[in-house]
Amino acid sequence: MTPSVRLQEMIRVIRSARTQGEERGIIQRECADIRAQFRQGDNGERSHSLAKLLYVHMLGYPAHFGQMECVRLIASPRYNEKRMGYLGAMMLLDEKQDASLLITNSIKNDLSHSSQYVQSLALCTLACMGSAEMCRDLASEIERLLRASNSYIKKKATLCAVHIIRKVPELAELFIPSARSLLSEKNHGVLHGAVVLITELCERNPDTLDQFRKAVPELVQIMKGLVTSSYSPEHNVAGISDPFLQVRILRLLRILGHNNDTASDAMNDLLAQVATNTDSSKTAGSAVLYETVLTIMDINSESGLRVLAVNILGRFLLNNDRNIRYISMTSLQKIVQTDHNAVQRHRGTIVDCLKDQDTSVKRRALELSLALVSAVNIRSMMKELLIFLSTCPLELRSQTASGIFNAAERYSPSKRWHIDTILHVLTTAGGDVRDETVPNLIQLISTASELHCYTVHKLYRALVKDISQQSLVQVACWCIGEYGDLLLKGECEEIEPVQVSEDDVLEALETVLQSHMSSPATRGFALTATMKLSTRITDNVDRIRSIVSIYGSCIDLELQQRAVEYNALFKKYDHMRAAVLERMPVIDKNSPGHTNGDTSGEIKEPDTSKPKPVEAGLLSEPVSQVCDLLDLLGGTDTPLQPNPAPTSTSTATSSADLLDLLGGLEPTPVPSVTVYEKNGLSLKMQCDKQTETDITVTLIASNSTQSDITNFTLQAAVPKSVQLQMKAPSGNVIPAHGLGQVTQTILLNNPNKVSLKMRVRVSYSNQGAVHQDTVQIDSFPSPAWNGQPSISPL
Amino acid sequence: MRFLLLFSRQGKLRLQKWFTALSDHDKKKIIRDVTQMVLARPPKACNFLQWRDLKIVYRRYASLYFCCGLEEEDNELLTLELLHRYVELLDQYFGNVCELDIIFNFEKAYFILDEFVIGGEVQETSKASVAKSMEESDSLQETMEEYVNKPTY
Repeated sequence: MTPSVRLQEMIRVIRSARTQGEERGIIQRECADIRAQFRQGDNGERSHSLAKLLYVHMLGYPAHFGQMECVRLIASPRYNEKRMGYLGAMMLLDEKQDASLLITNSIKNDLSHSSQYVQSLALCTLACMGSAEMCRDLASEIERLLRASNSYIKKKATLCAVHIIRKVPELAELFIPSARSLLSEKNHGVLHGAVVLITELCERNPDTLDQFRKAVPELVQIMKGLVTSSYSPEHNVAGISDPFLQVRILRLLRILGHNNDTASDAMNDLLAQVATNTDSSKTAGSAVLYETVLTIMDINSESGLRVLAVNILGRFLLNNDRNIRYISMTSLQKIVQTDHNAVQRHRGTIVDCLKDQDTSVKRRALELSLALVSAVNIRSMMKELLIFLSTCPLELRSQTASGIFNAAERYSPSKRWHIDTILHVLTTAGGDVRDETVPNLIQLISTASELHCYTVHKLYRALVKDISQQSLVQVACWCIGEYGDLLLKGECEEIEPVQVSEDDVLEALETVLQSHMSSPATRGFALTATMKLSTRITDNVDRIRSIVSIYGSCIDLELQQRAVEYNALFKKYDHMRAAVLERMPVIDKNSPGHTNGDTSGEIKEPDTSKPKPVEAGLLSEPVSQVCDLLDLLGGTDTPLQPNPAPTSTSTATSSADLLDLLGGLEPTPVPSVTVYEKNGLSLKMQCDKQTETDITVTLIASNSTQSDITNFTLQAAVPKSVQLQMKAPSGNVIPAHGLGQVTQTILLNNPNKVSLKMRVRVSYSNQGAVHQDTVQIDSFPSPAWNGQPSISPL
Repeated sequence: MRFLLLFSRQGKLRLQKWFTALSDHDKKKIIRDVTQMVLARPPKACNFLQWRDLKIVYRRYASLYFCCGLEEEDNELLTLELLHRYVELLDQYFGNVCELDIIFNFEKAYFILDEFVIGGEVQETSKASVAKSMEESDSLQETMEEYVNKPTY
C-alpha cells in the first residue's frame, strides 16, 4: 500500500469508530505508531506520519510531540517533506512555541531556493505564523523579493510584507518605495497585493498617506480599466471584472480621499461611473456597489453623488436578498447621523424590515429605527416599536425597551402619552427593563399632577390583571399608595370610571404582599402603600393595622423593619401619622456631576480662584478666627432653628426612619430648610445626596430688610474626617425686600460616614453696620449616614 | 480575515485556518462558539452575524459550512464571493468535490487554500492561475506510481 493510502486508511478506521472511547483507543494506537515513526528518522515515511498527526490534531487531540518533526521536515531537501513540514508548522507551531524560532533559518534558506514553489512555501508560512522576531530577521529578504522576482513570488512577498508590517510596524518604511512601483504591474495578483500593502501602510502612518495620495490618478486609471474593459474570462465573476481587485482599490481610494478635497475630486467621476454602471443582480456586483457607496459617503464627495449613494442603499433595502437588506441597513446606520433626511425617506421600508423573519435583519432594523425617531414621527414610530416589542425575539427585548424609553423621553408629545407608553412597555416586557425605570417612571408620574387620577386608575387595572411584572407592580403600588384617595373617589375625565371600593384596593395590595411572584423590593412597595392608605381611606384602617402587625414578624428583615416602624406609628405617634404620610412633593430630577473636595479636611475660605470681588475685610481676617470655628465644633452647640417643612426631620427617631423611606427616593433632594433667620437675613439650606458619601449643600440667602445687604460672605466648617469644598457664591450683594438671592454651593465628602454637622459663619454689612453670626447645623435631612442600611425607596 | 473554518452539520471540524496568533484554548473556544451560533441559524437566514467585535460570514454548501471571521472594514459580500471561489477551486481540483474528499484529502484542501489566500488576504484572483500552481506543485511532489494509485472517492 502506498503511504498516502495508509493515511486514508487511518482516517477511515477512525471514522468507523462507534463510540468516543473506541475512537480514543484508535487514536492512542496511531499516535504511538507515529511517535515510533518519528524516532526512526529519515525513511521516506515521515511526511505521511506527520499528515496523520495533523488529522488527529484537527479532531482535537494533543499533538505537540510533532513540533520538532515539523522543524526537521522543513529542513529536508525533498519537496513533499518540506510541504508537509510547512503545513505542520502552520498548524502546530505559533508564536508562543519556542520551536517556531528554529525554523527561521530554514525559511531564510528556502526564500532563496531555486524552485519558486519552495520559495512560496516559505513565504506562505512566514505570512501565516511569523512572529515579530522572525519578521525582523527576514524583512530585508522579503523586500528583495518584492523588487526582483517573477509575479508568482511577488504577489506572495507583498502579502508577506503586509503581515510583517502588522507584526512590526516600525519596518513599514522599508517597503514604501517598492510598494509604489508595484502599482504599475499588470498581473492582477500582484496588483491586488500591492493595493493591500499600500492600504496597510496608509492606515498606519498619516505621512505615508500623504505620500500615496499622489497615486490616486493611477489608481483611478486602473479602476477605469477594470470597469470598462471587455470580457476577460480569467478574472471575470458574474460579469464583473475582478471584483476582488475592484473592491480593494475602492477601499484604498476611500482612505486616500477622506478629508482631502483634491483627492476626492479626482475620484468623483470614477465613483459616479462605477455606481451607475455596475450590474448588481449578482453578489459580486453588489459587493462592488456596496464598497462604492461606503467610499462615496466617507470622502468629500459632491452632494449629487451622495444622493446617488443613498438611493443605491434605498434600492438595496427593497432587494429580495436578505444579505443585501442587512448590508444596506448596516451602511445606513453609519450615515444616519450625517445624512439624516436622506435616510428618513426610507423609513417606511426600514420599519417593514422589523417584521422580517431573520434575527440579524431585525436587529439592524431596530437600531436604525431607533436612530430615525424624531419629534415629527414619534407617534407612528412608537406604534410600530411597541408592536415589535410584543413579538420580538428575547435577545432584542431589553434593547428595544431601553430604546423606546429614550425615544419617549426625548420626543414625547404629551405627558399622558409618555406615561401610556411606559405602561405599555412594562406590561409587555416588564422583566427586561433596566432598574432605573421604576424611579424614573415614578418621578414622571409625580410631575404630571393633572394626570394622577388617570394614572392611578390605569395602574390599578393593570395590577388587578397581572402581578407578575415586578417593575409594573412596584410603580402601581407606589401610585395607589400616593393617590389612593383619587382612585377611591371614582371619577376621572379621561378614563371611564369604575367603582373601586376600599376593600378591593386593600385586596389587591394584599395579593401582591402574599404572592410568591413578588420580589422583596415589590413587597416593600406594597407594604408602604398599604400604610399610606391608612390616611387616605376611612373605613378599613383596622384592616391595615392588622396587615402591618402581621408583617412585624416577617422573616424578611426589610419588611419586618418597616412593619415594626409602621406599627409604632400607629401606636405611639398616631398624631403624627397624617403629617408623615402626606402626599409627597414633586420630585426633581437630580443634577448630575459632583466633584470631591480636596483632602485637607479643614475649613475652607470661599473659592477665590474665580475672579470676583473678594472682600478685603475677609482676607485680612486672621487665621485665629478660622480656628475659632474649628474649636467650637466639638463643643456645645447653638440651637438650631429649622422651619418644619412637611418632610423635614423631627425628633422622633422612628418617624425619621420613615422619612428616610418616604423622602429618600434616590436621587431626591429634600426641599430647603431655613437654618438661620435674623435681622431680616434668612439662610436656607438644600441638600442633594449624590452618592453614598457625597452630598451637595446649597445655601440660599435672602434679604427681607429695607436696604441691600452687602459684603455678604459665608464660611463653613465640618468635622475632621469630612472633606469640604466651597464653590464660588453667586454674588455678595443681596437685594432688599427679598428681590434677589445669593446662592453658594458646598460639596461635602463623608467617606467615614460620621454623623454630619456643619457650622456656618455669616458676615455682612447692612445699613452701614457690620454683622457676623454663626449657625450650627446638627442634623442634615439626608439619610443613611448613621450606619443604617441603605433602604430601597418605598 | 481572522480565521476560516469548515465544519459539518454535526459540528465536526474539517478545516481550520487561523490568520492571527491565538492560544490553543482560545482557538477551541472560538470554534465552539461560532459553530454553535452558525448551526443554530434557520435555513433561509441572512448569512451575516455579529459576534463580539467580528463579523461572521458563513455559507452552507451541501453538508459543509464555510465560515469566516472578518474585521470591521472587510466587505461581507465580497467574502461570500471569496468562499464561493474557494469552493470552485476545490471543485475543479477534486472533480465534483464532496465532503468526503475534504476529509480524506485535507492536506490538499489546505494547499489549495494556501495558493488562494495568504495572511488573510486574497493573493490570486484568477482561478486558472491557482489551478496551474497546484498542478505544478503536485507534480513536484508525487511520483508517477503514487499518482496512478491514488484512490478516488
